[in-house]
Amino acid sequence: MLEILIGGVVVFTLATFLGVELINRVPTTLHTPLMSGANAISGITVVGAMLVAGSGHGWISTVLGFMAVVLAMMNVVGGYAVTERMLNMFRRKP
Amino acid sequence: MSAVVQLCYLVAAVCFISGLKRLSSPATAVSGNRLSGAGMLLAMAVTLLDRAIVSFDVIVAGLAVGGALGLWLARSVKMTAMPQMVALLNGFGGGASLLVGGAEFLRSELVGATLTIDTSIAIQLSLLIGAVTLTGSLVAFAKLQELITGRPITFSGLQVVNGAMFLAIVALSAYQVATPESLLWPFYAVCLLSLILGVLLVLPIGGADMPVVISLLNSYSGIAAAMTGFVIRNDVLIISGALVGSSGIILSRIMCRAMNRSLTNVLFGAFGGDATGGTARSAEGLTVRRTTAEDVAIQLGYAQLVIVVPGYGLAVAQAQHLVRELADQIEKRGGEVKYAIHPVAGRMPGHMNVLLAEANVPYDKLFDMDAVNGDFERADVALVIGANDVVNPAARTDPGSPIFGMPILNADQARSVVVLKRSMNPGFAGIENELFYGPRTTMLFGDAKASLASLVSELKQVG
Repeated sequence: MLEILIGGVVVFTLATFLGVELINRVPTTLHTPLMSGANAISGITVVGAMLVAGSGHGWISTVLGFMAVVLAMMNVVGGYAVTERMLNMFRRKP
Repeated sequence: MSAVVQLCYLVAAVCFISGLKRLSSPATAVSGNRLSGAGMLLAMAVTLLDRAIVSFDVIVAGLAVGGALGLWLARSVKMTAMPQMVALLNGFGGGASLLVGGAEFLRSELVGATLTIDTSIAIQLSLLIGAVTLTGSLVAFAKLQELITGRPITFSGLQVVNGAMFLAIVALSAYQVATPESLLWPFYAVCLLSLILGVLLVLPIGGADMPVVISLLNSYSGIAAAMTGFVIRNDVLIISGALVGSSGIILSRIMCRAMNRSLTNVLFGAFGGDATGGTARSAEGLTVRRTTAEDVAIQLGYAQLVIVVPGYGLAVAQAQHLVRELADQIEKRGGEVKYAIHPVAGRMPGHMNVLLAEANVPYDKLFDMDAVNGDFERADVALVIGANDVVNPAARTDPGSPIFGMPILNADQARSVVVLKRSMNPGFAGIENELFYGPRTTMLFGDAKASLASLVSELKQVG
């Protein structure tokens, strides 16, 4: 039972170190799009929200799941769309 | 089937990682963002194949509503309002984690199932971090949107209350984890206390410190997603959450360093509450030299190197496009224009760069503090527009100043300094600025937009 937890902790720790290496390479100029883009990635909770909303485990799960899907999806779509909007401003003009 | 799903999640995680890697240069950043988005699409698509899902209508409805609202937000938000937008999105992420954790708990309570210890711990953490992120972000949003005052709101004993609440949450969570059956009252208590804790943690933090808070809440939203990953045992959530968590922590650290403050000081120091600015030297007896747009235009017209120091006042006045026009005029006359960007020039990390990029300022003219500070000595004019604390020499010289030790832009070392300012009101931190009284400084009072417009037209006339 705890093996699964430990496995998750290993993945979490390694991913954190990877994240630090990756983020340190992002130039200051792109820190705002980085935040909104990272924000969109954290919208991955939408996967969990979908599983809850569609599980058919009674109305509480369905209602909470629906709300979770809405919130996470706003995070995903809002995050990616606004990041795209910002990054397009940084494209070198001819 | 399950193996395919798992592998697809792995591909999604790889997309997120390569997407972030591509953010290391503005040239590849757009493709990186799209790659990351494609990974998200894949993750969502394979989730629909999961056998645990029996009904799709609720999911589809939720995706449609959330997607439409998200798109509308992203399209309509002004670039100056980006910090609020990110705060709001952080809050949504936290809220989603809270709801998923809550739903999983209530389901087990309903069917009388016993949660394993690791799932139980993960649910408690999901609730706590998700709830704190949700309400904390909403308060940050309200402060940035100026729905409530940007000043720290605090009362004596607040930290004791917060500490007690945190301990209560930990105790209730531990009790829940140790109890085999799922109990409703500790669950509701943990949710409620965590929601209140989020509010009380952000209320005492001043508006000037919001960049740190947003970065930190960004980190929390990632960790909340990772905890949700532990609840539903999904590695892609854990990986993505950890990536976002580390990003937020790095950015908060950069912001803290730029303000020469510790994270603890930002979170618990209630900085900026005292408008008189501690023991800062009084400006009485000092006089400023006023100048006119005509004189400044002549100075700029013959300058070899002009360094523009933009501050948030520039963005508030919506004058970025005029700065760009002014720079075009100077460049047309053979001068060079650089932009010196202090890390806390905007209201969030990198905010000023976005605002200038929106005005079509090429990003290779935007320089970080360390890259540009050596150039001020040979600059003919340092043009300070709407910036204040980030060019205050007291940070270098006056140990009594609240901003002493904060790294600043060396605008005072330029051969001449022109400050565009609405009035002599002190800046956000409420501290007098010696630079304005310096021997090489002249002040051009007025609305930044109007001043810049007259500078542009004057400069066009300089022969």
